[in-house]
Amino acid sequence: MSEPKFPKTLAGPSRRAVLAGGAALTASLFAPKHLRAADYPTAEVNTTGLAVTDDTVTIGILHSITGTMAISETGSVQAEKLAIAQINEMGGILGRKIEFIQEDGASDWPTFAEKAKKLLVSDKVASVMGCWTSASRKAVLPVFEQYNGMLYYPTFYEGLEQSPNVIYTGQEATQQIIAGIDWVAETKGAKSFYLLGSDYIWPRTSNKIARKHIEKLGLKVVGEDYYPLGHTQFNSVINKIRLKKPDVIYAIIVGGSNVAFYKQLKAAGIDMTKEKPLLLTISVTEDEIRGIGGENIEGAYACMKYFQSLTNENNMEFVKAFKEMWGEDMVIGDVTQAAYLGPWLWKAAVEAAGSFDVDKVREASPGIELTTAPEGYVKVHENHHLWSKTRVGHAKVDGQYEVVYETADLVEPDPFPEGYQ
Amino acid sequence: MFSDYSMSELGAIFAMQGFAGLILFSVFVLMALGLAIIFGQMGVINMAHGEFMILGAYVTYITSNVFSDYLPALFSIYFFVAMVLAFIASGLLGMAVEWAMIRHLYKRPLDTLLATWGLSLILQQVYRSVFGAREVGVTIPDWIMGSLPVTDMIEVPINGIFVMVLAVGISAAIYILMYRSSWGKQVRAINQNRVMAGAVGINTEWTDRLTFGIGCGVAGVAGSAFTMIGSTGPTAGQLYIVDTFLVVVFGGAGSLLGTIASAFSISQAQSIMEFFLSGSMAKVLTLLTVVGILMLRPQGLFALKLRK
Repeated sequence: MSEPKFPKTLAGPSRRAVLAGGAALTASLFAPKHLRAADYPTAEVNTTGLAVTDDTVTIGILHSITGTMAISETGSVQAEKLAIAQINEMGGILGRKIEFIQEDGASDWPTFAEKAKKLLVSDKVASVMGCWTSASRKAVLPVFEQYNGMLYYPTFYEGLEQSPNVIYTGQEATQQIIAGIDWVAETKGAKSFYLLGSDYIWPRTSNKIARKHIEKLGLKVVGEDYYPLGHTQFNSVINKIRLKKPDVIYAIIVGGSNVAFYKQLKAAGIDMTKEKPLLLTISVTEDEIRGIGGENIEGAYACMKYFQSLTNENNMEFVKAFKEMWGEDMVIGDVTQAAYLGPWLWKAAVEAAGSFDVDKVREASPGIELTTAPEGYVKVHENHHLWSKTRVGHAKVDGQYEVVYETADLVEPDPFPEGYQ
Repeated sequence: MFSDYSMSELGAIFAMQGFAGLILFSVFVLMALGLAIIFGQMGVINMAHGEFMILGAYVTYITSNVFSDYLPALFSIYFFVAMVLAFIASGLLGMAVEWAMIRHLYKRPLDTLLATWGLSLILQQVYRSVFGAREVGVTIPDWIMGSLPVTDMIEVPINGIFVMVLAVGISAAIYILMYRSSWGKQVRAINQNRVMAGAVGINTEWTDRLTFGIGCGVAGVAGSAFTMIGSTGPTAGQLYIVDTFLVVVFGGAGSLLGTIASAFSISQAQSIMEFFLSGSMAKVLTLLTVVGILMLRPQGLFALKLRK
């Protein structure tokens, strides 16, 4: 099934004006010919006591808006609110407006679990858009499985997980990594790699996959190093890199360390625009570049599924709507776009199921397609991850990526890759 | 691991590695000097030290924006102005905090830990509300971000030299203030015996306020300098706090020389180990060594002889 095109004007204030002017009219005005609430009696679409009324359905948004992770998660919250606003403008889901309850995970994993429980048990939300770090997802997972909730998780992550209660709208590690390494080996003739990362599960698992793939291609890993989260001194490792002279620095550094790493790399006289060595990262989106500074990362390559500079029509409209709602100076990174897909994928699944019941939505989810996604066409796989294209972007001084490569086909998600573990 | 390399390559790498250690040393000294004054001289456990540093970083951010908007011709030297402003801003905030909070807690040093920790949370949220949750990008003048090619192989980052010069300069200034000025004599007198110092006519309240202010001001300058090498965000101060306390405690509270010696030994150990081991392992070994030495010598490397 395909989605209607997004409406063109979606700004917050004007939307509110429209609603205030004719709340009663909205449903009939904006709902296309199909999907009126009256055609879907509440008793039928909600047999499990979720927060669904005759004209509203309530979902949860669960991200950190305070604490360390607020830096990253703010974009996801904004994207989810934009999607909800747009869906409501089109008449909602099964004729019902989406209302949301937002909870703050406060960058603290037990808090995430507590808030997830609150959303599922007291608020009875029909689905939850949320989490960012793997640690927070792991913390809420038992809650979602116990109370049978549905979580839409936006971040690219290490894989090795497949829960009936989660739809993973970001890429899992093999989708993100393998295409990028193939590209750098073929196009740039790279022979040797230096793997670098922050010391926790995602960089370590990702580098493990990267190493296996590099060795499979008959190329060499000349060094592998991990630094504690928040590490700010990279001069020693930069010297090591100089000594080993790799063709590619493969960097998966996150958070504040990122800024320190790229600034010090530049200060040490390693000019990334010369591509000697070339730097390939899977952890720096446009969001992170704002903190790093475009002039400090110019010339690096990043491998992910979405860049703000994509020129397809869906994306141009998405970027425009996002900026109208949240401000001209906003940038949109990979995860923000993936978060934006959450409400849309859920809407499509609910409409396919003709019901808000979590079990029916789950059953309907595999095979759901979105032709309107900013990244292009995506499709939900049996394993709850998305088929998606992988792209390589070249960092420019203005903080945007220029897309230099994209895979010809959608890459199949493979959260339990054989031969890579 | 070195068999594949020529002697000249190895020489160059060791030279640069030595330099990396010195940069780390300077960073540690800059981080720790402010705390050495506040914790060492006043016995206040200032958990908000990192947030005072970040205030300096934000002041630098604002200054850089003002200069690029209104005084683009002077942009290349804005950094010096920013450091002075950072000192003033953090110093004034420090004095205000001392007046509002710390002065009520001098008799309860452990409570300063809780109070300043609360303060650090408050400041973080203030930064988040004012500057946004995301890190801000501070544009550094080009001349600081380059490197000096010494030979074909050896390149020395200019911001490293900058940080080193700054660390030496501020250490010297604090040494003169602490040990060669009458104010320093008063601070040390209060540290030894507050009641007695008051009895001989030292204005202990004002001296305390000024000491706390100067300690925070120095933290602000450090934060300003660190925009060259690190990130500027609401919680970035947390990245520095552990290392800072480590350096001050290991050096022996109350001893400026101890702080410098401890910064030197920790930074060299860490940077050498980072070269041969992975980063996380180097950190673990450094911490283990420090803990081991502190068990044998709880007063730190250099301790003042105090009458107990």
